[in-house]
Amino acid sequence: MSASPPIIDVAGATQRFGTRTIFRDVSFSVRRGEVFVILGGSGCGKSTLMKQLIGLLPPTAGRITIGGDAITEESGAAERDRALRGMGVMFQSGALFGSMTLLENVMLPLQMFTPLPPEARVAVARVKLGLVGLADAAALMPSEISGGMAKRAGIARAMALDPPLLFLDEPSAGLDPITSAGLDQLILDLRRDLGATFVIVTHELGSILAIADRCIMLDRHAYGDEGGIIAEGDPRRLRDESTNPIVRAFFRRQVPQTAEAA
Amino acid sequence: MNVADGAERRTLRFAGRLDADGAARIWDNAMRAARQTGRNRTLSLDLADVAYCDLSGTALLLTAEAAHAGRTVTVGASEELQALLDRARATSPRKPAPYAGNQLPGADPLGLLRAGLRSAANGAAFIGEALIALWRVPERRRMLQPVEVMRFADQAGVRSVPLLLLLGTLIGLILAFQSAVPMRRFGADLYVVNLVSISLLRELGALLAAVILAGRTGSAFAAEIGTMKVNEEIDALTVMGLDPMTMLVLPRMMAAMLVMPAMTLLLDIAGLAGMTVVMMAFGFPLVAVVTQIGRAVHVGDLVQGLVKSVAFGAAIGAIGCREGLGTGAGPRAVGLAATGAVVGGIVSTILLDGLFAIIIYRLGF
Repeated sequence: MSASPPIIDVAGATQRFGTRTIFRDVSFSVRRGEVFVILGGSGCGKSTLMKQLIGLLPPTAGRITIGGDAITEESGAAERDRALRGMGVMFQSGALFGSMTLLENVMLPLQMFTPLPPEARVAVARVKLGLVGLADAAALMPSEISGGMAKRAGIARAMALDPPLLFLDEPSAGLDPITSAGLDQLILDLRRDLGATFVIVTHELGSILAIADRCIMLDRHAYGDEGGIIAEGDPRRLRDESTNPIVRAFFRRQVPQTAEAA
Repeated sequence: MNVADGAERRTLRFAGRLDADGAARIWDNAMRAARQTGRNRTLSLDLADVAYCDLSGTALLLTAEAAHAGRTVTVGASEELQALLDRARATSPRKPAPYAGNQLPGADPLGLLRAGLRSAANGAAFIGEALIALWRVPERRRMLQPVEVMRFADQAGVRSVPLLLLLGTLIGLILAFQSAVPMRRFGADLYVVNLVSISLLRELGALLAAVILAGRTGSAFAAEIGTMKVNEEIDALTVMGLDPMTMLVLPRMMAAMLVMPAMTLLLDIAGLAGMTVVMMAFGFPLVAVVTQIGRAVHVGDLVQGLVKSVAFGAAIGAIGCREGLGTGAGPRAVGLAATGAVVGGIVSTILLDGLFAIIIYRLGF
């Protein structure tokens, strides 16, 4: 696994809004088949970084390649499209289309991008909804389901085209522990059965320790007033061995002892 | 995919990549082969040569299994593929409800009539609620912020001034021109002034202002309150003991009633100016046109239009707010609420106008 080239490579990604630097010099890579977690406290730029990774927000500086195709400015439209087609994204609230049933939500990408005949699209969409535990909810509208169901349906839609790379934004935020643990198990199962790579943005400790192979941790004050990466590696080792006060506080659910980040 | 037949079993041998593209190529053939296997033969799915199988491929295999009435076995699957198949089989519904497709709703005239009656009844109830809220304003003074009223008045009225001036002038121009051409044949073209100014002041000014208010502001009220409803903001207000009727509806209705006479007056003036331009182009001096306007209309005509416009404003504001508060769930519902606000606003304006025509005739103005 470690021999294959990384599926995501980020070099020096920086985001500024006006004079405010959300983060700078963020560099890391994600290997194929890995569950990679981007973590950090509220407002540290996790979601902004994910927006850069999925091509919604061009970074102020830096270079991002997905599966060898650059999605940042220097790339051509064809290269960017190829990179974007290889990924599925689950948004924080599910972002399901409110005017379609769950089944139709999952079928939409199949209808647009695959040659599958209509009854095959229905069958494929049903299998995907089944895997996330929504087999019996296929005919419901997004307004008729709970938050946890919406997230799972969002994962099913992200998997619609069987992308090798899945991005999940806060999959367990706002869910009860049982549903959240079920979602973690689902992610591990999918990784095992499909060999998919997961990039997950979260700040749920239990979930991070249960599923992450590696993580990076962002902090608002990594460089004084500017944010960036303060730690990288296996979250269990970070928890036990890190000397950074912010990392230690995060994993122990404490208020940091020092106001300054290391 | 190829099919090998035996006396007791039919083998479907799959090869290559079973992803969406691969599955699409063989889907129909595989289903036909599976269906025609016959209940007393075993369907064997040979996956030894499958290089890659994702969830689309899994769906193909499971659907083939379901299409065959008898026993099915899978052979040659890798460990991961077998695990995936088992889990997908366990989580798929045994008997899924058939998917009817994305169909257009059928025509239902009776349903339309029922919906119309229901919305009329709801409208009456809503006016009652608004009156009760108004009655209780003294004890809820803090909930009704004058600055809110002014903000809505600015949105609904001041910001529509350019539009009012443009439309008013154009309507005056067009009316005067269209009626002057035929009236000229009878040498009655000076009386175009009477025609246009009476119709503008009594009817058209208020009606056009109402159409603009319904389109610009009624729809905005509905969309704004509707989005609040979808985001549970209305529930939050209610739980805090704040009355949505007083907080949201009354200031909007007051603003609409406040700006309508001003909007109507502006439209009237712009329309008369437009008409004057046409009359001067037809060779009448300015003095003659202005004198004729003075002879044709009375203060009563103007007041009549302004009074009506206040009622129109109340109706449009109330309907916009009611549509917003009645919004269902989802983004489509907000769109429907905005549509309902515009249609309801215009229809109620015209109905009210008819009512006013009868009342004013009876009163003998």
